[in-house]
Amino acid sequence: MTRRSRRLVLISSALVVLAFAAGLVLFALRDTIVFFYTPSDIETKNVAPGTRLRLGGLVKEGSVVKAEGKAITFAVRDANGEIRVSYTGLLPDLFREGQGIVTEGVLESRGQFRADNVLAKHDETYMPRDLAESLKKHGLWQHGQPGAPGAQSGGK
Amino acid sequence: MIVETGHFALILALALAIVQAVIPLWGSLARDATLMRAAPSIALAQFVMVAIAYGALTWAYVSSDFSLVNVFENSHSLKPLIYKISGVWGNHEGSMLLWVLILVLFGALVALSARNMPDDLSASVLSVQAWISGAFLLFILLTSNPFARVGMPPIEGRDLNPILQDPGLAIHPPMLYLGYVGYSMTFSFAAAALINGRIDAVWARYVRPWALLAWLFLTLGIAMGSYWAYYTLGWGGFWFWDPVENASLMPWLAGTALLHCTAVMEKRDALKVWTIFLAILAFSLSLLGTFLVRSGVLTSVHAFATDPQRGVVILGILTFFIGGSLTLFALRAPMLKQGGLFAPVSREGALVLNNLLLTTACATVFVGTLYPLALEALTGAKISVGPPFFNYTFVPLFIPIFFAMPIGQLLAWKRGDLLGAAQRLTLVALAGFVAALIFYAMQGGPALSAAMGGLAIYVILGSFFDIVTRVASGSSAGAMMSRAIGLPSSAWGTTLAHAGVGVTLLGLAATGWGVEKIASMRAGDSVDLGQWQVTLDKVAPRPGPNYRETVAHMTIRSGGAIVAQIEPSRRFFNSRRMTTSQAGLLNVSLGQIYVVISDQETEGPLDTRLYWKPFVSLIWLGPLIMAIGGALSLTDRRMRLGIAQRAKRRRGPEPKTVAAE
Repeated sequence: MTRRSRRLVLISSALVVLAFAAGLVLFALRDTIVFFYTPSDIETKNVAPGTRLRLGGLVKEGSVVKAEGKAITFAVRDANGEIRVSYTGLLPDLFREGQGIVTEGVLESRGQFRADNVLAKHDETYMPRDLAESLKKHGLWQHGQPGAPGAQSGGK
Repeated sequence: MIVETGHFALILALALAIVQAVIPLWGSLARDATLMRAAPSIALAQFVMVAIAYGALTWAYVSSDFSLVNVFENSHSLKPLIYKISGVWGNHEGSMLLWVLILVLFGALVALSARNMPDDLSASVLSVQAWISGAFLLFILLTSNPFARVGMPPIEGRDLNPILQDPGLAIHPPMLYLGYVGYSMTFSFAAAALINGRIDAVWARYVRPWALLAWLFLTLGIAMGSYWAYYTLGWGGFWFWDPVENASLMPWLAGTALLHCTAVMEKRDALKVWTIFLAILAFSLSLLGTFLVRSGVLTSVHAFATDPQRGVVILGILTFFIGGSLTLFALRAPMLKQGGLFAPVSREGALVLNNLLLTTACATVFVGTLYPLALEALTGAKISVGPPFFNYTFVPLFIPIFFAMPIGQLLAWKRGDLLGAAQRLTLVALAGFVAALIFYAMQGGPALSAAMGGLAIYVILGSFFDIVTRVASGSSAGAMMSRAIGLPSSAWGTTLAHAGVGVTLLGLAATGWGVEKIASMRAGDSVDLGQWQVTLDKVAPRPGPNYRETVAHMTIRSGGAIVAQIEPSRRFFNSRRMTTSQAGLLNVSLGQIYVVISDQETEGPLDTRLYWKPFVSLIWLGPLIMAIGGALSLTDRRMRLGIAQRAKRRRGPEPKTVAAE
């Protein structure tokens, strides 16, 4: 092979791999991304039932009901709305009434959400950033509340 | 007094770094040997100063000196000694100091071996190192001083975040930092090559040990972090594609590419410019990781703006080093003497393919990690890029790597025989295929797991194929033995490192065969978990040094016979009013039984999550084998700098390779 054709092989194989990767990334970005909403977002933005999303808000006081088996229902609220959430499984350590959480799952109908994952990070002072901002926006943020910027201590 | 000494030593270290950043570089540009030779002693002095500072901070932790803000916020007098020591790096200020300590330690090591290097190379390398250490020392002193005092010293500290009080996390950050910072060495060598305008196979020999060392520690550090997350977070997961994890994976991918690329450069004097680029890339990604973790940008793009000082300074350092080195690269790289091209089907060609796939995979992780941040900063839309994204992008790029690994090892340098290599591997490929069928027959479960398991067997056997055929060609057992010993240790190193990849893959494949149960248990209840039965005997409190613990005593049986007892527990740390979960773990051959409990409501049942994870240990055993392979390669005699130097002397005066200036 000549020098020129060798270089051509090198460059074209690089392009093939890059094009393949770019295709994968674009496909994945279209299909695997989950948007974050608060209960009032869902009402105002008319999110269609069946959509997969992340729902964030505060666990409404007095709303947690543990049924037989591992089924749990609770309400997630923010300033202007609330949504009933059903979930089957163990709740994370930091799940408490009044606590901010994020759940991932499918919107079944307006006001009803089926979660397959309840997320709470490994630090009581941590609040999911989406939630902290939304709470601030709606005036529910109490100063000195867990999640204030910089409250997270490092290590990992 | 000791604390003030530490603070003062840190300031002296900064002064030394500034001198070291300027004088030797000046010397190397002006060809002044006296100035160049000043570098090693300054580097050693700088190391001593930072070590004194670090020692002083450690002393403050061990003696619980709560007049220091840093100690007050992160320590507690009742904390066990090991966590007082590891607590030094369990917070922002201390971990940055550890970062710099490792940086200057590596600088000191270069200084000690400087006799074996050309003066201008060691001078430029140490000078670039000092630019980096100077920048970070300035950062520590200006924005994150660990030696700041409190006006009214409190009696007791706030304690280290309980989740960090764990042996795994005591070792994980130093390992990871040894890796991250190790890439500063390859970076300095690359920058020195660009400054001096000279790069050759001898340069590759100096760089290779550092590339190996950094890679080895980063591999161990990532594995350790993953195991820590696995057993402390109580979700039974070991990798979450979390931005913090991705931040360590990206330099690893670039570093792995660099490691393979230096091999080509050393053997064939080719791919020079690409090697330099990868060295810059690996360190840039390490810096990016430091920035992502340390600036608060991950918690919120806006948190970054509310506490701008630290984030902006790190961003400034990041921009300076990445931008500066890329500018230098753009200016000087075209002047470097180009190496030769080679046939696409050859060992070099295979290594280029490896580099191509690894860097592309690295790019997908980069996109997945930074896209949400960029999108939020630009449009305000909040999205989460989770595991599915990486499963669609990263995994398909890695599958060809697994297939190509054993083939690449069999190709000869210069001109390889692809068909021949494939033919020689027929048996190995067949073994992998049969293994996949056996896995499927025995475990059932997802076909993907069986296929991945087969691929893993192919990779493991394929790694050993070359070495086994070389040894087996001996006529007698004795001859085989002497052949095996006579092989260069780097050959064994490659084999083990590649086999380690296969071992990890097997562990990953086995995740599909696990069993997961969630149960509400009362004393006396039993749960079937695959082939095991887990019984809750009783729940009882147990005192700890700085926490209260509720322990569930459980017995594991197999067909009626008692196998072991496990004690998953919950620990309540009063100083931070925080609870952590301690998983109950039992190693059974290579698998693990993993049990976590929730808080018990008074007299209510105990919510329990139980997993049986066959072969799960392989996931972390693999990186350990990879690291052992790396360590073996390091002992190879070709790695010793003296030998490189002698080889260079034999080859006569070097200036022929100097670029046209």
